[in-house]
Amino acid sequence: MKLIVAIIRPERINDVLKQLFMSEVYGLTISDAKGHGGERAQVETYRGTTVRMELTDKVRIEIAVSEEFVDPTVQAIITAAHTGEVGDGKVFVMPLEASYRIRTGERDQAAVTPIR
Amino acid sequence: MNQADVAWMLVATLLVLFMTAGLAFFYAGLVRAKNTLNTLMMCFAALGFVGVGWVVLGYSLAFGGENTVIGGLSNVMLRGVGLDGGNIPDLQFMAFQGTFAIITSALIAGAVVERMRFPAFLAFIVIWSLVIYAPVAHWVWGGGWLESLGALDFAGGTVVHINAGVAAVVAALVIGARKDYGKQAMLPHQIPFTMLGAAILWIGWFGFNAGSALAADEIAVLAFANTMFAPMATIVVWSLLDYRHNGTITGVGLATAIVVGLVAITPAAGFVGPIGAVTLGAVAALPSYYILMYRARTRLDDSLDVFAAHGVAGLTGALLTGVLAQQSWNGEVNGLLFGDASHMVPQITGILAVAAFCAVGTFGVLKLVGLFTELRVDARSEGIGLDITQHGEQGYTSGDGAILVPGNELPGTSISVPAPGQPSLRPQGGGDA
Repeated sequence: MKLIVAIIRPERINDVLKQLFMSEVYGLTISDAKGHGGERAQVETYRGTTVRMELTDKVRIEIAVSEEFVDPTVQAIITAAHTGEVGDGKVFVMPLEASYRIRTGERDQAAVTPIR
Repeated sequence: MNQADVAWMLVATLLVLFMTAGLAFFYAGLVRAKNTLNTLMMCFAALGFVGVGWVVLGYSLAFGGENTVIGGLSNVMLRGVGLDGGNIPDLQFMAFQGTFAIITSALIAGAVVERMRFPAFLAFIVIWSLVIYAPVAHWVWGGGWLESLGALDFAGGTVVHINAGVAAVVAALVIGARKDYGKQAMLPHQIPFTMLGAAILWIGWFGFNAGSALAADEIAVLAFANTMFAPMATIVVWSLLDYRHNGTITGVGLATAIVVGLVAITPAAGFVGPIGAVTLGAVAALPSYYILMYRARTRLDDSLDVFAAHGVAGLTGALLTGVLAQQSWNGEVNGLLFGDASHMVPQITGILAVAAFCAVGTFGVLKLVGLFTELRVDARSEGIGLDITQHGEQGYTSGDGAILVPGNELPGTSISVPAPGQPSLRPQGGGDA
């Protein structure tokens, strides 16, 4: 079992979702995020105050998957989130000690396998 | 000079001017959050750029001279436009008409939002308002050939709405669809803005229609009442259609219905009676509703449906003006339903002439602007959004991560800020996220 955390461009989220569903990955959580990486800061001016926006809007995706789904999930995200410009984002894969489905109390493999 | 007329026309001009701000919010609510400001700016900038064009040249082209095809250069820079005149001063008439030129140009924005370069849009609407809007206004109101033919257009169904609707289709075709069009759902980001905008438009439209009487008289009252009742009927019919097809009555739908009803009554406002207005408003819902539903399934990315709302409703209104005009109310002309079919031919001629001239002319203006500058943003800027890429501002920002650039801090408070593109917070061992 692994926890996959991906940080992607907001404008790619629909493509990423589509690609994940095509890879039969259905259980995920997304949240709005802001981050700083290698992207050039956008210079903005508000009534004479010029600022550099050092935090860029991103979307954070969290997916808990069983081992066989790790690779398809990562590949789906990378394929769909890619534009080739700096700022495309990251995918992190980390070990997951345990997971529980709250409704049934199922754990681990059963808990991360979506209901059909 | 009639002081009552002057007082009413001052208010009417103000109301029509405010419509452009209402339109800005109507449109802004319908786009995605990343393009809010750009959409607002398209309308607000028209207030300045088209307004100045009107003062310098547009008014003269529309209302200067006796020629039947186009005005002249006799009123360039408002020469001869003073405080004398008929029941209202010439200056007041010029200002009132200027608000029409502005909103007509701003309407076209709805077809090209979320992808057109802002400078190109500005150049386009300024030229369009001079070479397309001004001659058409002259044809219908300035002593031009459509006026002498007997075409009935009380407040601008043909001049404003068919004109803008046709220009919208041409602009959408020339600029091309948004890159996500038909591939992703692009939802309105702030429907309350849209409903607020519809409310402002409705209020402003009383100036537009009742002001087109150019006097505080009975015809103004008739136009005022019609402007009130026609959209009410459109709301009812549109809601029923919505309920029948979707099972719910939607907010975006109701806001659209208000605009459709207002557009449809515009050419008829001073010609039909109140029951005629209710009939007209009710009937006008049908073609616009179905064309709007159909358009969304085609490749034509008239993004905010300027054609369905303004072109089609303008067409319906212009035709029904020839049918429902009632002499017992307007004191001048009867329509088809009241025994006089003679206005139908001029109505149809007017519609076809304006649509053809506008289509060809709009295409020409866009191609001309396209010779000097790119018309649309690149795909990357479209993805990021036009607020940031066209204006260097965001409609919505929390300010998180905003760092003052050197020279913007107060003396003595300066902390060392690295140059743009040199992130100070580069994480150890981190790469580009």
